[in-house]
Amino acid sequence: MSQAPFARRLLTVTGLDELGAYRVLRVADPDGPEPEPGQFAMLSALEGWGGGEHERPLLARAFSIARRSGGESHFLLEDVGPGTQRLCELRAGDGLWALGPLGRGFAAPEGGRRAILVGGGVGIAPLAILQDQLEGPTSVLLGFRERSRAQGAALLDGARVASDDGSVGHHGLVTDLLVAELQRDPEAVVYACGPAGMLEGVRAICERGGVPAQLALEAGMACGFGACFGCVVPKRGGGYLRVCVDGPVIDAAELERVDAHAAAPIGDPPA
Amino acid sequence: MSVEFCGLQLAHPVLNGSGTFDVIAARRAFGDQLLRDFPFSAYVSKTITLEPRQGNPPPRLWEASAGLINSIGLPNKGLEGYLAEDLPQIVEITGAGAAEVPLITNVMGSTAEEISRLLEACDAHEQIAAIELNVSCPNVKTGLDIGSDPRQLEEVVRAVRPRTRKPLIVKLTPNTADVALCALAAQEAGADAVSLINTLRATALAPRDPTLPAGRWLGGGTGGLSGPAIRVVALAQVAAVAARVEVPVVGMGGVQSAADACDLMDVGATLVAVGTESFRDPVAAARIAEGLRAMGAA
Repeated sequence: MSQAPFARRLLTVTGLDELGAYRVLRVADPDGPEPEPGQFAMLSALEGWGGGEHERPLLARAFSIARRSGGESHFLLEDVGPGTQRLCELRAGDGLWALGPLGRGFAAPEGGRRAILVGGGVGIAPLAILQDQLEGPTSVLLGFRERSRAQGAALLDGARVASDDGSVGHHGLVTDLLVAELQRDPEAVVYACGPAGMLEGVRAICERGGVPAQLALEAGMACGFGACFGCVVPKRGGGYLRVCVDGPVIDAAELERVDAHAAAPIGDPPA
Repeated sequence: MSVEFCGLQLAHPVLNGSGTFDVIAARRAFGDQLLRDFPFSAYVSKTITLEPRQGNPPPRLWEASAGLINSIGLPNKGLEGYLAEDLPQIVEITGAGAAEVPLITNVMGSTAEEISRLLEACDAHEQIAAIELNVSCPNVKTGLDIGSDPRQLEEVVRAVRPRTRKPLIVKLTPNTADVALCALAAQEAGADAVSLINTLRATALAPRDPTLPAGRWLGGGTGGLSGPAIRVVALAQVAAVAARVEVPVVGMGGVQSAADACDLMDVGATLVAVGTESFRDPVAAARIAEGLRAMGAA
């Protein structure tokens, strides 16, 4: 994995682009280490974050690195709480603290197997940088609640979309698309990121079919580098894994189930 | 800038609070830059218990107003696992710099017998410079935290004190009627130093969301509050303790800046520990030590 410099770096926001219900935060980071797909960074705004009169947000928030392009790092945001709200207020020229890249990313498919990328909601972010780096044909299956969120699909190339309300693409779950896709190519490998319910569906489907799957998990975390022990998920056979240092990408075989409780944020209702 | 503490010579007065910095994980994340720029003048391990502990079920965290509630549940490999697996890796990190960073091992037990075994085992390892005793553990007989009652605390510390020749720091609990009485009791029983404050007991309710079960949010039920929200409580408790005891005091609680550290030292702390702020900024301790140097406070 790529290691992070041992300090937060003060970066400059270059833009915040609208993408339906989401925002793409672009940050100048020409000298930052090249992340592996699936790695993340801990972000906090230079102003109005922690200490002083700003009671919340206090802690930095974890975001998958969605893309590296032209010396910029991109992050996909959805305004769901005080941290993401503050980040969504940033404008070009504003300062942003970033610590990263952190964690273990996706491993490349073995033996020329085709990759199926499965994403849900704002969790599609790490699949974009993964698609940028994968060689050979891939299938991209993305699920969203409704139309404005489904615009996020533009982050990837050639995505097939499912929506909960049927307003875009397949009316139903992205896992429906995955089942059909695996029927066509049972030798594929699956890369997935999204809400816990979707990941659990992906995990169960892949387990039944004997399909290798790498899941990028989400968990509320205070630090991002293994210090707080807050971001744990239950491990198959007992005990816990720390999402920040043992993940965020975890082999599905290491999990008995994807625990929705473990994916909880730190102080806000799940989005 | 260098400071003497329980016979240890420290490069500056800023260390980490127990359980707030895992050097083994940090080395995986940051590589050997961690060794070169080690931010703490002494390194305090997370709490070690006799038997391994998995820790509490998630969720373990809640961001409160200007603070963080954690309900981690002291996961650790147990004494044997710590000594065999963690200790060599920790020492490789803390011993790598120009000046060796003393290692303080934090231990917790629910009886004097358990604590005695922990102290004896640590005493046999010369890589361990000092021992910190976490007394925020329920006594199996009374159900009261050992550290919450001065008489009980004095009895336990007196019983275990002869088991090690190393400096013994008692990490007091703030969840008690009179922390200064507890500090005095620890001193009377032979503690070489006291450290405070530990986190304040706190809880969080599930978000008001119809899709979620109502009730306690944290997997462990209750947790401990840290961060800037508790800084003024820490200041009051450290001041109360430092006014009553002769032994050195390690002050902590919500320290984010050199000015915050200076406040704790002004009311009598010899050393200052950083915890939650290291989550936000992993080199916060080095920044604070540098700030103290610039202020001429250390």
